[in-house]
Amino acid sequence: MDFGFKLSPSSAVNLDTVDHARYDRLVQLVPDALTCIGCGSCSATCTAAPWSGMSVRKVLLGLQRGRDDEVDSMLSKCMLCGKCTMVCPRGINTRHLILTLCRLSRKGEVVR
Amino acid sequence: MVNRTPVIAIIGAGIAGLEAARQLSALGYEPVLIEKAPVTGGHVAEWNRLFPDMSPAADLVQSLEAATAKVRTMTGTEIASINRLKDGYSLVLSDGNILVCQAVLFATGFHLFDASKKEEYGYGIYDRVITNRDLEQWFNTRQDERIRHPKAVGFVHCVGSRDVKAGNTQCSKVCCITAIKEAIEVKEAFPDAEVYCFYMDLRLYGKKYEDFYIRAQRDLGIHFIRGRVSEVGEDIDGRVVVKAEDTLSGKPVKVTLDLLVLMSGIVCNPDAQSYAQQIGVAIDDDGFLKSRNNLGSIVESSRPGVFFAGACTGAKTIPETLAEARSAALAIHHYFNNRG
Ligand SMILES: Cc1cc2nc3c(=O)[nH]c(=O)nc-3n(C[C@H](O)[C@H](O)[C@H](O)COP(=O)(O)OP(=O)(O)OC[C@H]3O[C@@H](n4cnc5c(N)ncnc54)[C@H](O)[C@@H]3O)c2cc1C
Ligand code: SF4
Ligand code: SF4
Ligand code: SF4
Repeated sequence: MDFGFKLSPSSAVNLDTVDHARYDRLVQLVPDALTCIGCGSCSATCTAAPWSGMSVRKVLLGLQRGRDDEVDSMLSKCMLCGKCTMVCPRGINTRHLILTLCRLSRKGEVVR
Repeated sequence: MVNRTPVIAIIGAGIAGLEAARQLSALGYEPVLIEKAPVTGGHVAEWNRLFPDMSPAADLVQSLEAATAKVRTMTGTEIASINRLKDGYSLVLSDGNILVCQAVLFATGFHLFDASKKEEYGYGIYDRVITNRDLEQWFNTRQDERIRHPKAVGFVHCVGSRDVKAGNTQCSKVCCITAIKEAIEVKEAFPDAEVYCFYMDLRLYGKKYEDFYIRAQRDLGIHFIRGRVSEVGEDIDGRVVVKAEDTLSGKPVKVTLDLLVLMSGIVCNPDAQSYAQQIGVAIDDDGFLKSRNNLGSIVESSRPGVFFAGACTGAKTIPETLAEARSAALAIHHYFNNRG
């Protein structure tokens, strides 16, 4: 049937189908990641953020919402300076978290 | 012993201690108030107007002081040591006297988090960075060199609270509503100022608290930014530059302010810990005194004859503190009745 218009792919997050294997593996390896409150301190303090959009907060959220391309693009911009680790109110070792994540495939296997 | 009026040592004459003293006197006991500071009233005596009614703090403190005028009160007095007796407790006071009592009520309250410990916020470094306590003082005196007709004012929530790095994971509970209350008062004092609140979560759980939020939004145009301030700097004119992420838009934000108010949190009083240790009273893992349980026995300690009221067990509002003080007086009454 022709409705005279096309549907573009939905930008809605469908939690029924999101694959969060990589997130599940990450929180096994870095359980503190579960305690993120999304306060944005990491992003606000990140030296790479203003030009690259890097944000630990968005990385953690992206992993749980099936935004793998965005996550990988952000990770590639991190300079591993560790500034974010200094400010996290939950005491998450965010630098270690990023390093751990870089070693995981999208399926959550340790590949490096 | 049987015919003597039991003596109850109340440590701390803030609103918890005062209210408990009033109730215990009414029940026929002999409370004795021991207060470290030169005056009674505790923290509330430092505040100006109180949420949710915006009534003067001084009125509340004065009415409690009037009601306890006949209670033996030792101000400027500390406790050097405290010991368990067979049938009660003995307190060695800083003036050398010894007070023997049959029950002890901790009303030692809280400490306000020392904001200079969070160096990244610049308290004690930058001129225009003050605390919630400083602002209440300004409301009382209208005198503070740092507050000179600001055009832009910011409030930072959760300073020293909900912060593993500051050693306090707990929420201080009263500072979200205090921030909004103070933001409203600042906006009323300086109507042409832009006012910003930087928050992680807004916890406005109490009666009428949400009304403050709505009023701040609708009537006063106060800006709420969901993001925790990561650092504060100073520009060449001495104004403060605040950096945060506006997490709702996912973008970094920067704003230059004439005044930044840090909402210092409620943390435990180390004196209370020290006394508790001396008589074997349990301390909770947040550093506050540990209640027998947190549902029905908040005012009871792990030891017979030792009771709690107010912020010595954790962050409390004034109505909660007063209710606990009454409840503690009743618990003490039952304690003596059951002992026969
Ligand atoms: C900025 C701010 C604003 C607030 N505004 C409001 C409001 O508007 N409305 C509201 O409902 N709540 C408000 N609160 C909460 C309110 O301050 C508390 O509920 C109240 O102070 C608790 O009373 P308290 O007696 O338990 O403790 P405190 O007020 O801390 O009093 C404790 C007393 O014990 C004394 N003491 C401490 N150690 C010793 C010792 N070793 N020996 C002898 N004495 C000792 C202290 O000197 C003090 O007098 C506010 C809190 C803050 C931080
Ligand atoms: S470690 Fe990476 S994410 Fe953290 S502040 Fe540095 S560049 Fe930013
Ligand atoms: S600073 Fe910590 S808690 Fe805050 S958003 Fe970043 S990782 Fe999460
Ligand atoms: S009441 Fe609000 S400002 Fe205070 S610690 Fe809790 S969330 Fe933070």
